[in-house]
Amino acid sequence: MNRDDRTPKSPRKPHAISRRSFIKGAGAVAAAAGLVRVRSAEADEKTLPPGVVEKLGPAAATIELNINRKPVTLEIEPRVTLLRALREHLGLTGTKLVCDRGACGACTVHLDGKPVTSCMVLAIDARGHEVTTIEGLGTPTNMHPVQAAFVEADAQQCGFCTPGMVMSVAAALERNPSATVEEIKHATAGNTCRCGTYPHVFTAALKAAGRATENA
Amino acid sequence: MSRRVTLNLGFQGNTRDVTIDIPNDEPTPWQWGERLAVFGQPTPRVDGPLKATGAAHYTYDIELPGMLYGAILRSPWPHARVRNIDLSGAQNLAGVRAVLALDDREIRFAGQEVAAVAAITSDIAADALKLIKVDYETQPFVVEMDDAAKDSAPRVFGGGSNVGRTSSSSIGEVAKGLEVAASTIEATYTTAVQTHVCLETHGAVASFNAAGDQLTVWCSTQGVFSVRDDLAVYFTLPPDNVRVICEYLGGGFGSKFGATPEIMAAARLARAAGVPVKVMLPRGDESRSTGNRPNSEQKVRLGVDRDGRLTAIDLVQRGSGGIGGGAGSAGPFKSVYRCANVRTQETNIYTNAGPSAPMRAPGWPQGCFALELAMDEMARKAGIDRLEFRRRNSDNPVRAAEYEIGARAFGWAEKNEAAKSGGPIKRGVGVASAEWHAVGVSGPEAQAIAHRDGSVEVRVGTQDIGTGTRTVLAIVAAEELGLPVNRVKSEIGDTRFLFSVPSGGSLSAPSNSPAVRQAAAHLRDKLFRIAAPILGAEPTDLEAADEKIRVRTNPSRAISFNDVCKRIPGDSISAQGERVPNYGGFRTDQAGCQFAEVEVDTETGIVRVTHVDAVHDAGRIVDPLTARSQVNGGILMGIGFALFENRRMDPALGIMVNPTMDDYKLLGALDVPQIDVTFFEVANGITNTGVMGLGEVAHVASTAAVACAVYDALGVPVRSLPMTPDRVLAALGHV
Repeated sequence: MNRDDRTPKSPRKPHAISRRSFIKGAGAVAAAAGLVRVRSAEADEKTLPPGVVEKLGPAAATIELNINRKPVTLEIEPRVTLLRALREHLGLTGTKLVCDRGACGACTVHLDGKPVTSCMVLAIDARGHEVTTIEGLGTPTNMHPVQAAFVEADAQQCGFCTPGMVMSVAAALERNPSATVEEIKHATAGNTCRCGTYPHVFTAALKAAGRATENA
Repeated sequence: MSRRVTLNLGFQGNTRDVTIDIPNDEPTPWQWGERLAVFGQPTPRVDGPLKATGAAHYTYDIELPGMLYGAILRSPWPHARVRNIDLSGAQNLAGVRAVLALDDREIRFAGQEVAAVAAITSDIAADALKLIKVDYETQPFVVEMDDAAKDSAPRVFGGGSNVGRTSSSSIGEVAKGLEVAASTIEATYTTAVQTHVCLETHGAVASFNAAGDQLTVWCSTQGVFSVRDDLAVYFTLPPDNVRVICEYLGGGFGSKFGATPEIMAAARLARAAGVPVKVMLPRGDESRSTGNRPNSEQKVRLGVDRDGRLTAIDLVQRGSGGIGGGAGSAGPFKSVYRCANVRTQETNIYTNAGPSAPMRAPGWPQGCFALELAMDEMARKAGIDRLEFRRRNSDNPVRAAEYEIGARAFGWAEKNEAAKSGGPIKRGVGVASAEWHAVGVSGPEAQAIAHRDGSVEVRVGTQDIGTGTRTVLAIVAAEELGLPVNRVKSEIGDTRFLFSVPSGGSLSAPSNSPAVRQAAAHLRDKLFRIAAPILGAEPTDLEAADEKIRVRTNPSRAISFNDVCKRIPGDSISAQGERVPNYGGFRTDQAGCQFAEVEVDTETGIVRVTHVDAVHDAGRIVDPLTARSQVNGGILMGIGFALFENRRMDPALGIMVNPTMDDYKLLGALDVPQIDVTFFEVANGITNTGVMGLGEVAHVASTAAVACAVYDALGVPVRSLPMTPDRVLAALGHV
């Protein structure tokens, strides 16, 4: 499918980079940061007959997503990112919008258990995948062990990077429940914390790793 | 009305009795060594679970029924006059509900606000901006400080020069001090423009009532009351008709005071559209337009006598905060080290770049970097040990004690003497001194409330910039009421609560905690009056501890806190507390020092910080856990300033080259060294809690310590920040 066909014609500001052109070129960046990038709706395309390309947009389309183990139906323009769909259409505001170009990790969610920056995924491309957000990981009264460790170690200051940081650490501990501090540093290398709370993030992750080992 | 108390104040091995007059209803300040129950214990922040689960609601997360999304059109030109704005294209786009041309027709930097729209989705709002036609009359511009200072430069503000008035200070005679010196140095140091990069961008959600005379604004701010007052003036509403709420704030660092343009835009769009409007800035706008730490060029001259005592400190400085001022950096030169002859000259240069804003210890990280690296260059030339040189020129007993603690913990003696490797990776160590004066101010008032069910709240119109304000206030109230911290709920971030000051200048903890302690003491006294007849004692004979109210001389005569609350006649009782002016106390300054170790690859020029050891005093530490977080953050922001951060302007186009978070390099997880923090407790008696702020003092010396360590590693100084590989290699003469 030719994505540019879906882009409304409009004058560009000087020096502006559109989301579309950026998402196209961002695979290398995402891969370098150890993140998984979603290929365009592979799951759906597979069900279409050979040679038939799905055409969506630019008007809003009805799509179905699986968010935090629940199916949801959305009426959204195909250009809407997974991040904005979560925040502005589903009221799941725990996932934060910060850099809006995959550079800071604040919008990290799990897609089929793997961490992705949801500002770099179109909502339509999340069809057929299991999306887990910070809200799906735990709640204030029933925290995931990583969330509890973040509280205990004070791995948060202003707290705006915290959901993304928690998601990255939780995914790292899924991969290796007894991760070393070096592994945790690499797992959070794509998560920016301007308050500089990293040392306590490492402490929290190691605490959670210990707990995970005990539970196992 | 007042009473005289004598307090034993000071620090380990250095206390003295200080007599002060305090109001009768004010709790007596805690003295040196006084044992407390919960105050001073490591306590996880009380709102931690909300933040860690994404349940904490920031301004960015506020969604109101019928709310529109606003966006701001900005000038692509660094200097222009707006001849005409045609809004019709935007007005005619489906989904757009309001379009405004903003007031200022004189454009002085690329990124200045020109117009604003509100639409039913954020994408449509962004589309609408592209349909606004602006006729700009472009004008010559200048974005580099050196160019702007020339006589021939285009004028940023019309007629006058771009060179502001020089601000000077002088003690003694610098010329004479340099003349009598046994040895002198002279060098020029430069620092780059740093941007705040608050993770939550600036913005607001604004909502008017149907009559248009009641305005409610949720905004990401360091000062809810300052925003309220600005909005009340603009809309000519009584301040009481404007309510400003900030429950959670995703970083500010000094850039979020008052009703900034995006808050005004949200409110004006809300009024125009008749429904709530949310404006949150995109990252690029945040980088270009919401503030920065100005750059600096600092010409430093130092002189020492044969005993290694400073005879002269001279600073000639200039810096540019774009169209803003406040670029001075003389603070550390005037007070960190003792010298009879000190002269400073600071000059703002104006350029066509985004306005400066206060940023964490304004002026000090850049000043401290220049002063401390000059101190090391001076020590090397005079043949004095660098730590000894600092000891000899500081007369602050707190700092003297901290140097010893830090040096021991860091292993200064061995590391400083260690032979340099013969290979390409060189290790080095450095030390730098901090200073701040975070004693807080009077003004805040607090309310403490006990309910019949035994629950307790404290309410103050402050806000939490991320330092753990709710936790600090809960600890203080819990201490006074004899309760565990988790029984006290802190409510902040709302102008419906009693007044408080902005969260900046390290004001929050020292300004709010004494008001809360007084309010809690007043509440406790009311509970004592309920408990006294039950216990057959006078209220003045009671104490609150271990969730009980009991007779001080016979603690077994007690009633539980909950049982007292059950006898509250109505639903609750409340008491107010006032932050009284500071007492003289022990000392009103803070010292502090930081030791850093680096590895520099002399082939690639890459600097890696491996270890930082920090010693800080901030009066009495309320919560060592959250306090440590602040110190970690101060150090890491300082390392970022030393090695990475640099706002770059394109001199030909006049625009910021690196407004995104992938182009503006910040420190990340892989750059984090081992950090050790020691808190040096001082009972200062300045307020009833003796708490001082920590956010800024922990940041002052970090960059300098790294720069000194790099100098030690290389044997040559890198006098320009950030110390990027090219500059390191240039200092080595390799490029």
